[in-house]
Amino acid sequence: MIDKKEIIPEDILDSIFRRIDEVERDLHSYITILKEEAYDQAKIIRGRLEKGEDLPLGGIPIAIKDIICTKGVETTCASKILKGFYPPYDATVVNRVKKAGAIIIGKTNLDEFAMGSSTENSAFGPTRNPWCLERVPGGSSGGSAAAVAAGETILSLGSDTGGSVRQPASFCGIVGLKPTYGLVSRYGLIAYASSLDQIGPMTKDVKDCALLLQVIAGKDDMDSTSLNVSLPNYLDACEAGDLRGIKLGIPKEYISEALDPSVAKVVEEAKRAFERLGAKICEISLPHTEYALPTYYIIAPAEASSNLARYDGVQYGLRIKGESLREMYLETRTNGFGDEVKRRIMIGTYVLSAGYYDAFYLKALKVRRLVKMDFDEAFKVVDYILTPTSPTPAFRIGEKVEDPLLMYLSDIFTVPVNLAGIPAISINGGFSQEGLPIGIQIMGRALDEFGLLKVASAFERETELHAYRPYGR
Amino acid sequence: MELKPVIGLEIHCQLLTRTKLFCSCPTDYVGREPNTIVCPVCLGLPGSLPVLNKEALKLALRAAIALNCNILRKTRFHRKNYFYPDLPKAYQISQYDIPLGVHGYLEVNGKKVRIRRIHMEEDAGKLVHPTKTGRLEGAQYSLVDFNRCGVPLIEIVTEPDISSPEEAKAFVMELRSLVQHIGVSDGNMEEGSLRCDANISISVDGKWGTKTEIKNMNSFKAIERALAYEIRRQIDTILSGGEVVQETRHWDDSRGITTSLRGKEEAHDYRYFPEPDLLPLTITDELISEIRATMPELPKARRERWKRDYGLGDYEVSVLSSSKPLGDLFDTCVREIGRPKEVSNWLQVEFLRIVDELNLRIEESVFVVPYLKEILELLDNGVINAQIAKSVFEEAVRLRRFPHEIVKSKGLEQVSDESAIREAVKSVLAENQDAVHSYLSGKDKAFNFLLGQVMRVTKGKANPAVVRKVLEEELKALS
Ligand SMILES: [Zn+2]
Repeated sequence: MIDKKEIIPEDILDSIFRRIDEVERDLHSYITILKEEAYDQAKIIRGRLEKGEDLPLGGIPIAIKDIICTKGVETTCASKILKGFYPPYDATVVNRVKKAGAIIIGKTNLDEFAMGSSTENSAFGPTRNPWCLERVPGGSSGGSAAAVAAGETILSLGSDTGGSVRQPASFCGIVGLKPTYGLVSRYGLIAYASSLDQIGPMTKDVKDCALLLQVIAGKDDMDSTSLNVSLPNYLDACEAGDLRGIKLGIPKEYISEALDPSVAKVVEEAKRAFERLGAKICEISLPHTEYALPTYYIIAPAEASSNLARYDGVQYGLRIKGESLREMYLETRTNGFGDEVKRRIMIGTYVLSAGYYDAFYLKALKVRRLVKMDFDEAFKVVDYILTPTSPTPAFRIGEKVEDPLLMYLSDIFTVPVNLAGIPAISINGGFSQEGLPIGIQIMGRALDEFGLLKVASAFERETELHAYRPYGR
Repeated sequence: MELKPVIGLEIHCQLLTRTKLFCSCPTDYVGREPNTIVCPVCLGLPGSLPVLNKEALKLALRAAIALNCNILRKTRFHRKNYFYPDLPKAYQISQYDIPLGVHGYLEVNGKKVRIRRIHMEEDAGKLVHPTKTGRLEGAQYSLVDFNRCGVPLIEIVTEPDISSPEEAKAFVMELRSLVQHIGVSDGNMEEGSLRCDANISISVDGKWGTKTEIKNMNSFKAIERALAYEIRRQIDTILSGGEVVQETRHWDDSRGITTSLRGKEEAHDYRYFPEPDLLPLTITDELISEIRATMPELPKARRERWKRDYGLGDYEVSVLSSSKPLGDLFDTCVREIGRPKEVSNWLQVEFLRIVDELNLRIEESVFVVPYLKEILELLDNGVINAQIAKSVFEEAVRLRRFPHEIVKSKGLEQVSDESAIREAVKSVLAENQDAVHSYLSGKDKAFNFLLGQVMRVTKGKANPAVVRKVLEEELKALS
């Protein structure tokens, strides 16, 4: 991290935009780049810094996933249906990072409406993995992850409904945190599945993650589900020496034959690193893990079918004229949404409809409770849970687009966390033989972000893995 | 064959909050420029989230308590999903499986009409069709006004306990009076803050019939007429061997008929599910007792008190309680003046007439209290007679002047001086020989004519009792 006192915002922007010029054509991390606006902001922030104002993110560039509303800046959700939507307001997180002095340099690419695990489902074309251009950056916050990994920004914000921050963080070798549900306001986050969505920081190291979390966390009166809790100083978590006295559980359900050998190896190495740090490792069981994914694929589409019903061509975004109201709705939605979004809307509509509600949605809610109870039980025995973030390293572009079920499996380790509402962080745990980063995930009790950052930071210092970057920095 | 109408009502009432149900936009949409009181939340813009207006919850609870409902302590909101251009989120936030209150009742003319449930929900916007009639037919396009979006409503659903159009009308009137009394709603039907739908079926020899739903009844009269029409229509259908179809029907007030709006085959599947953006609600004992503590006297209790303590009759009581401000004014007058019977008469006859003529707002008419007090004193002391008193009262209200000043400045004091009156009587008798003769020949009616003439020549100021006495004496002297 750069010492705030010596920051000259324009200098940082110069180097960031230089990097964007070099790599963005290959990567396509961004949907919108705000170069002019960023320099205008930089000038203002420099003035405030010179006056001695204490700005925790003063002059630091940040990229925002294009599903988070930015006042006066087009917010598309990577969908044709929102083309030309300029929100008249900032999301609470955007408000908070602006207030903290951060400079918004662009809106990053994603899977349309955050539905996907590869950022291939973007109406504006896929993002590529900076470690290997043939591969996906993960999804849905693939743009945010790639931008951080490639040095196209210092900080970024993603959103995580079933792993959309952690899985791309894993694929791109960076840090991604999904906070406890309700710790970060969702106001201005365009909803995919409201009861699962959570905004999270995506950064190159744990300290940046702590800094960004500090700025965006905390009660917001605009979001009824946001929690009223006093925040610890998350940066202090990064000062911790060792992990003596901490118990880490590895759920046996997560380490199966199906796991990619390189991922299994990384988890094994991580285990040893934690033991060196003084942590105690033990095997635990989360018996309902196998039901988490099907449960997720009922609850998330159900909520999505309702959240996405508002895109009807009446108020904003795309409108395709029709002879009748019904025809206008049909044409607008047929042309505006991509295949994956349509697929989930249809699943969601089906599972909520009369006669199927009890068999699908209600049952899914019950299983969700069981998944949550698994974690409650586990956390009676251990302090944290260590798992792979994704069963494989980044896969090839096009490899899974034709097979949605295969694609859904890449979120198998991240989804239970969203169902339970607990926090989890993904950090780089090592590399595959091809040199692709492989993330490990650490889950914690609700509101124990401090602990997660402490564990992650200790691991980071022990392994120095975060220092590896594509493009060598 | 015994045919009996079975009626249940669904009433939407706009809550008297300053701001909307889930945002801080104002609620007074009547007469506003379209789309001027909207924000991201009530427009359902992407990313916006609802935050419950606690005042609306309190008002809704107040209504539930006043309607004798069981208050459910754990409640929550659901989404009711459907597509319509005036519904910006394509779902309405409403209460579904756990309403605020259940199993209540409202007593109407001595009969208990059961309340099935009462719940909160947000209103939708409205479509404007740019045709001469404002109707959809012939419109090339439609415009949407979202001002009303998110306005807080309660929906009150009755059991099918109502058995005639008159009873339905009486129920809605009683309900309106109740919500007005407890400050929950202004109950204005014309402005749409009270809207009523009805479910109607005809039971045949005690067996339930198919029901239809009637919408768009915009006045008390419309409720009565629409139900009467629909009952007739269903009975005719049954008697001619036809079958009543389950459907939603629209009341066309100008044509006086109901027409089919949509059939059952188009029935919606609203795909209700719990609203994830709002936390479930816990209604605490403290909140309920806080609301009970501030509950005013309800209309029924008030009417009983008036009958019991003041000896007023049913009719008087029903007029006085027809609006809360009038009842409040009556209570204030009685507290300041006493004499409930006389005060009641003055308010019902003279005051309501003046209110009507001058377009006064009853709730702003407390200034009337001292005027009425003075009028009664002037009458007591024989300063003015009853006839003059009425015109002085009207002038006092109209000009906001004290009655004694009006009496003084216009010289309206009653004349009780016998010699002056006797002079007037004598001249009237002299000028009306015909009437005198007919009186003397036994036609008693002529007496009142002569009395009236005396009052006329004395410009109404003569003390009628004295006039009567003197007139009798003078006529006796002539016989
Ligand atoms: Zn609003």
